[in-house]
Amino acid sequence: MLIKKPSDIKPSEITPEHVYRNRRQFIEDSGKLLLGAAAASTLPSVANAQIGAGLMARAPASMRRSPPAAWWADKFANIKPAPNSAPFNTGESLTPYEDVVSYNNFYEFGMNKGDPSSNSGDYKADPWSVEISGEVAKPGTYNLEDILRPHDLEERIYRLRCVEAWSMVIPWVGFPLADLIKRFEPTSKAKYIEFETLVDPETMPGVRSRFAIVDWPYREGLRMDEAMNPLTLMAVGVYGDYLPPQNGAPLRLIVPWKYGFKSIKAIVKINFRETMPDTTWVDLQAQEYGFFANVNPAVHHPRWRQDTERRLPQTLFSRSRIATEPFNGYGEQVASMYEGMDLSRYF
Amino acid sequence: MQMRKLIKPLVFVLALLPFSVLVLRILQNNLGPDPVQELSLDTGEWALRFLIIALAMTPLRRITNQIEFTRHRRMLGLFALFYATTHLLVWLMFVLEFRWFAIAEEILERPYITVGFIAYLILIALGITSPKFMVRRLGKSWKRLHKLVYVAAILGVLHLLWILRLDIGPAVFYGSLVALLLGYRAWFSFQARRS
Repeated sequence: MLIKKPSDIKPSEITPEHVYRNRRQFIEDSGKLLLGAAAASTLPSVANAQIGAGLMARAPASMRRSPPAAWWADKFANIKPAPNSAPFNTGESLTPYEDVVSYNNFYEFGMNKGDPSSNSGDYKADPWSVEISGEVAKPGTYNLEDILRPHDLEERIYRLRCVEAWSMVIPWVGFPLADLIKRFEPTSKAKYIEFETLVDPETMPGVRSRFAIVDWPYREGLRMDEAMNPLTLMAVGVYGDYLPPQNGAPLRLIVPWKYGFKSIKAIVKINFRETMPDTTWVDLQAQEYGFFANVNPAVHHPRWRQDTERRLPQTLFSRSRIATEPFNGYGEQVASMYEGMDLSRYF
Repeated sequence: MQMRKLIKPLVFVLALLPFSVLVLRILQNNLGPDPVQELSLDTGEWALRFLIIALAMTPLRRITNQIEFTRHRRMLGLFALFYATTHLLVWLMFVLEFRWFAIAEEILERPYITVGFIAYLILIALGITSPKFMVRRLGKSWKRLHKLVYVAAILGVLHLLWILRLDIGPAVFYGSLVALLLGYRAWFSFQARRS
């Protein structure tokens, strides 16, 4: 019997581990050297287009942010990359960082998609504190540093489906909301949880608009079981980097099976309550937006259909219109919470 | 006299500028991550702007006593039709993607599309009857027909208001302009009747 001896690999041919682990960055950097600045501007998207196990998606080097305060850098030094499989990774191409940070709905900064990134220059994500109130044993106002201290950060790649029928795939950095909730020791009366966004007319020009038909602050809420679901994330970063203001710095919610407006940004208050809270969109248009707002291709918005979505980015001549999945494709993890509920009524 | 002759082509070129910019952005693939949305909003807003600019010509002539303004009214109105047609084509090609059976459903079921479509039909009717021989042929009824331009403008503002979700600023802005122009016309005809 012939047994083939594996050919030896010379030590000099083995890629050092740190280079291997950063191979995308390496490709990106070599690309820049080879092709010059013009070509390089498109490379980060290519390099980030697919993300494998054990490697974190990174914002393009030229766009990385400085930490809001020194302690943030330590916090971000150790982020657990997303696993290779559902539900914490979608396996789809990521929406490029440039689009994730320039195409936003954040009406406190203006109503056009580009407004939040261009109008948030004066915004300060540090210092930051969050007021915890209501049906908990440990209410109080906590510094963000104290809030984040015990939590290890992890990357999660989720689909984000906007109620306006567009969607993205985004690598967030955060920790489970459930872990945070447990620390405040909710009482048995805590059935719902209510969130509030910062209102600062000085740094948020949208709040100063006279024609905004909204009663600031922006408010959102979850039922307790939704808040405790392992999918529900408190995000502090995106693409391995600190959240930019337009994406909800420094602390935002991510509820991937619900329309994007549920994933409230720039959270300053968390209130635990026994009754269902009023939320901004339900207050504005109860026929169009419900408290649950689960992604549902069978229930159309009165003004547009919800059975398909535009996966961004698109170009005019390669438009990827894809079918919208019930619960945004997270049915296996969340559908059981809504058993027996008429989802066309409780939309 | 020579200068006068240059004004018309100049207005024409200026009115075509927003379209040229759009074409350039399409060619450069510079419409952002959601190009269909961007194209729809941009063409729609220009249609409304040109409609309002065309509506402003008669009051401007009366106020300034410059007949020059009304000489460009028809062309500006036709540009409103041009941008509205582009807007409709963007919707047909990129939003409905030529699913013809869906057109009727969308027009009937979505009020903002219903009013937008009615406004477009009015603009078509006004466009068809805009040549000089049509003005002559229709005589007195031409003027009555062309008063519908105000209905088109109001429906255009309503169409915009209905797609806005949270800040109705733009609808308030264009709505006030239409109200101002309509108010001026009402005031003027009231004064004319009195004297």
